[in-house]
Amino acid sequence: MYKHILLAADGSENSIRAAKETVKIALCSPDSLVEIIYVANFEKAKTEVLHASSNEALNLERRKKVQNVEQLLRDASISYKVTILHGTPGPEIVKYANEQAVDLVIIGSRGLNGLQEMVLGSVSHKVMKRVNCPALIVK
Amino acid sequence: MQSLKQQWFGNVRGDILSGIVVALALIPEAIAFSIIAGVDPMVGLYASFCIAVIIAFVGGRPGMISAATGAMALLMVPLVKDHGLDYLLAATILTGIIQLLFGVFKVAKVMKFIPNAVMIGFVNSLAILIFLAQVPHFIGISTMTYVFVSVTLLLVYTLPRFIKVLPAPLIAIVGLTAVALFSGVELKTIGDLGNITQTLPSFLIPNVPFTFETLLIIFPYSIALAIVGLLESLLTAQIVDDMTATESEKNKEARGQGIANFITGFFGGMAGCAMIGQSVINVKSGGRGRLSTLTAGLFLIFLIIVLGDLVVKIPMPVLVGIMIMVSIGTFDWNSFKYLIKAPRTDAFVMFATVVIVVYTHDLSKGVIAGVILSAIFFVVKISTLKIIKQDYRYIVNGQLFFASTDAFIDYFKKADMQEKNIQIDFSNSRIWDDSGVGALLKVKEMLSQNGIKVEVSGLDTSSQKIITQLDEMSSSH
Repeated sequence: MYKHILLAADGSENSIRAAKETVKIALCSPDSLVEIIYVANFEKAKTEVLHASSNEALNLERRKKVQNVEQLLRDASISYKVTILHGTPGPEIVKYANEQAVDLVIIGSRGLNGLQEMVLGSVSHKVMKRVNCPALIVK
Repeated sequence: MQSLKQQWFGNVRGDILSGIVVALALIPEAIAFSIIAGVDPMVGLYASFCIAVIIAFVGGRPGMISAATGAMALLMVPLVKDHGLDYLLAATILTGIIQLLFGVFKVAKVMKFIPNAVMIGFVNSLAILIFLAQVPHFIGISTMTYVFVSVTLLLVYTLPRFIKVLPAPLIAIVGLTAVALFSGVELKTIGDLGNITQTLPSFLIPNVPFTFETLLIIFPYSIALAIVGLLESLLTAQIVDDMTATESEKNKEARGQGIANFITGFFGGMAGCAMIGQSVINVKSGGRGRLSTLTAGLFLIFLIIVLGDLVVKIPMPVLVGIMIMVSIGTFDWNSFKYLIKAPRTDAFVMFATVVIVVYTHDLSKGVIAGVILSAIFFVVKISTLKIIKQDYRYIVNGQLFFASTDAFIDYFKKADMQEKNIQIDFSNSRIWDDSGVGALLKVKEMLSQNGIKVEVSGLDTSSQKIITQLDEMSSSH
């Protein structure tokens, strides 16, 4: 079945729901690996660096954003790893998924910034359109 | 760390394309910052060309863009006004020497001691000053001026939604300059404020007397320029490090900034440093290597030589609109949340930094005041000592050192003790220096005079060592 599953997460309610669905799918095949992707947005780089006391602190803060998702996977004893990417969320997820030739991409229907996504067109929509593998958008 | 070959040729296509985008975005800023400093646009353009090209070779952070900047331009204003361009060029050369020395003596490490609050105050006050510098160019000039500023702002904020290939400021400049030329509206242009010469910069020695007086005039400016330049450059390097998930050599960057400014001064350019906004544009446009910075510098001077005639026709209100966008982009909009949520002392330091800079128009003064303020707050915070009594145990919370010994001694002086045997617990504390040891010795002796025996517990090994010496002392008398 799906061996390499990419789960895009930003700590939002939707990404937790996406994680729950990921658990269901990953449990179907025993040798599946879930890769949790968090994209550190270029637009926020300046602010994040200004407000973080060090690189390590910033890294920890980003890891904390996906902690709740990690917890869900750990509880279900699914093997997973966390990857932090840098860029613009939509295109970055697409690029990574296609480069790594993953088997499935799972993403929440909308992230933390609802208003911005209404105006700019959503990340999930972009991912759905451009990714070369099946994608699951979780409501 | 990447190899030098990778740093140059690891991303050729992306670097050349992003370099071109950056060059286009650099031109209006270089001109605007020259106007702020009170010099001809060529001074900023030459600086941007020289610094970008030189830093491409000697910088420590590939993919970072350095050129003429607002932070530096703002510092130069009084020097240019009182003494003229030649003194500015001399100050630029001296700035380079100071920065080179900072780099050699590894001052980049000191950056770690500058708290976030000060850096946030730095970017905010920079944004405010850039905005204030635009005000004389658009308030109360003419209705058409307001119209052009507004339309420029409208364009630069809406166009990126629809057109992603070309930078919006460029489209705004080309479009609105054409509109202004063909409609014949009366607007001030860049040409009214200075000349554009369509030649490459040439080597010159600043025409200043080589005396001690000259040094006295330029030194305060050079030291301020050196500090502010390195501060912004190292902050920008951190941002580029984060965006590209790579590391950079901070001391090499400091030396590189020095070399770039040193040479730039001899080619008629004003001191500059790394630019946060342009570096972000570069990385976002796909720039990663040294080639992107080199391309930006070369393409900029190419454009000026080819299109210089047209550049002078750009209406000032359009440039003002773009600079308002730059100042909005420079400001840290999370600061309002920070002011509410951050520890009170941090919020105060940030606010004080901004107020001092805006009042003195000198970024270096704000930064220095901010650092001193936070150092004082830090000492006050760390020297707070709390002692909690549990039966015969006195638990010390906090650090025992020269600034907190008074509080420690006072507590035991005033304590009303019934027990004959007490224990002072240092599990949550540490003795840092001789003052701390002295204080403990004093308390022990004071209490033993009242017939109270003191046992010390919970010391870590390094404190323990000091105390063993102390015991030898107190048993010897």
